[in-house]
Amino acid sequence: MSQQEYAGRKHETSDPLFEIRKMVNACIQCGTCTGSCPNAFGMDFTPRHLWRLVLTGQKDEIFKSRSFGLCSACYYCTLRCPRGLPLTEAMSALKQIAASEKADVFKTGLCFYGNFLESVRKHGRVWELEFMSMYFISIKNPLIPLRYTSLGLRLFSKGKLSVRPHAAGRTMSLEKLFLKTKEVEQTIR
Amino acid sequence: MKYLYYPGCSLEGTALEYNLSTLAFMKAAGADLEEIDNWTCCGASAAESVSRLLSLSLSARNLALAEKMNGSREILVPCSACYLNLKKTAETVRTEPDILNKLNIILGEDDLKLTGFVRVRHLLDVVSQDIGPGVLKNLKKRSFAGFSIAPYYGCQCIRPFKVFDDPEKPVSMEPLIKAADADVHQWAMGGRCCGASNMNTKMDIGIELVTAILKGAKGADAIVTVCPMCQINLEAYQKIISKRCGEDLNITVLYLPQFLGMAAGLSGEDLRLDLNLSVTGEFRRKLKDNLQISW
Repeated sequence: MSQQEYAGRKHETSDPLFEIRKMVNACIQCGTCTGSCPNAFGMDFTPRHLWRLVLTGQKDEIFKSRSFGLCSACYYCTLRCPRGLPLTEAMSALKQIAASEKADVFKTGLCFYGNFLESVRKHGRVWELEFMSMYFISIKNPLIPLRYTSLGLRLFSKGKLSVRPHAAGRTMSLEKLFLKTKEVEQTIR
Repeated sequence: MKYLYYPGCSLEGTALEYNLSTLAFMKAAGADLEEIDNWTCCGASAAESVSRLLSLSLSARNLALAEKMNGSREILVPCSACYLNLKKTAETVRTEPDILNKLNIILGEDDLKLTGFVRVRHLLDVVSQDIGPGVLKNLKKRSFAGFSIAPYYGCQCIRPFKVFDDPEKPVSMEPLIKAADADVHQWAMGGRCCGASNMNTKMDIGIELVTAILKGAKGADAIVTVCPMCQINLEAYQKIISKRCGEDLNITVLYLPQFLGMAAGLSGEDLRLDLNLSVTGEFRRKLKDNLQISW
């Protein structure tokens, strides 16, 4: 193995952006993604700008940005990209890095997704009442739950928020699947 | 017509009426649904945001369970997010054999094995392609003449996989709406995003998207949806949005099988219209006067 090859490999394993760079390498900065993104108006960096930051390896800038966390996976950019790049997947990959590095900007998102998955791990199916309660507790901002109180009460009065997990009476814990997935993720490349 | 059925978590909770109306309508249309034994969560948008492999393994588990069923080789999925997760996993194992190996190592813990032979289909795909407007016309017991219906597709049943409709300009609901004698509300918002879980994590952003959709629907009697996430986002925040915009943007939002079920003669109780969050007084009156439907 030449020194250059070695450097490349090292780069591959130590740089979390490596895989994403491969996805967007052919980006021509045309901005079709930005023009198609329904959430671009709320982003600090537009999707086009974000891909440029990925390609130039500006990791700190990227993970301080709220842009990727706003992707709602509508797949318009993926559909319309003239280079056929998997841009929605690249946004998810950025979320995955932010989640594993517990980036500050992704904190609310991570509370939401983390508590959702915790409920799924325990019961096999998400138990909405438990998951939303845990989410509201974990974001530690009493004003946010207030915005959902009336909706919660309406859902409850219609019997749509079960007080028991859906899997009640059945063992459907996904503990084993979660553990094994983590193990395979870390050991098999 | 036989299908395996994957309802998904929302259909047991916030989208209970989507589940019950799907079952009632599909039965009326002569389709046989067999629920997958012990199905579990598909991972929703949560798993994808944390780990790609977890997102695939959660869906793969359900595909493997479906393979164990003896009935159909097609899974019917009413929720667009569940549909996309299961579909994406089915496509991934077809194109990336090393992923299939990894998934089988994980599934092996539960003595499950994935081969990849089941086909994942969205409810709208099955209703528009397998059942179709011809059958609907034969089933028709009530006419929605004089009603204008806005078809709302959302994103994930039409993108990124182009299966049964145009991902840029979807039309598959139009012949179904016309088969019930209703007019199709002409708008450009049918395939736009409802904000999805941004409504729960960044409400200010989600509200903007829903506002544009509700404004686009003005003039229609109802919006029809095919996804629990789209449904709740469009129906649950209408009061806040109307107040914010200073105009009345309240509108009835129904699940597609609720609408088609009414045309096929099912009752308001069968279709659980009492569970919807945004049936307007005006729409209720029109249903009662024109179609003798009440609940």
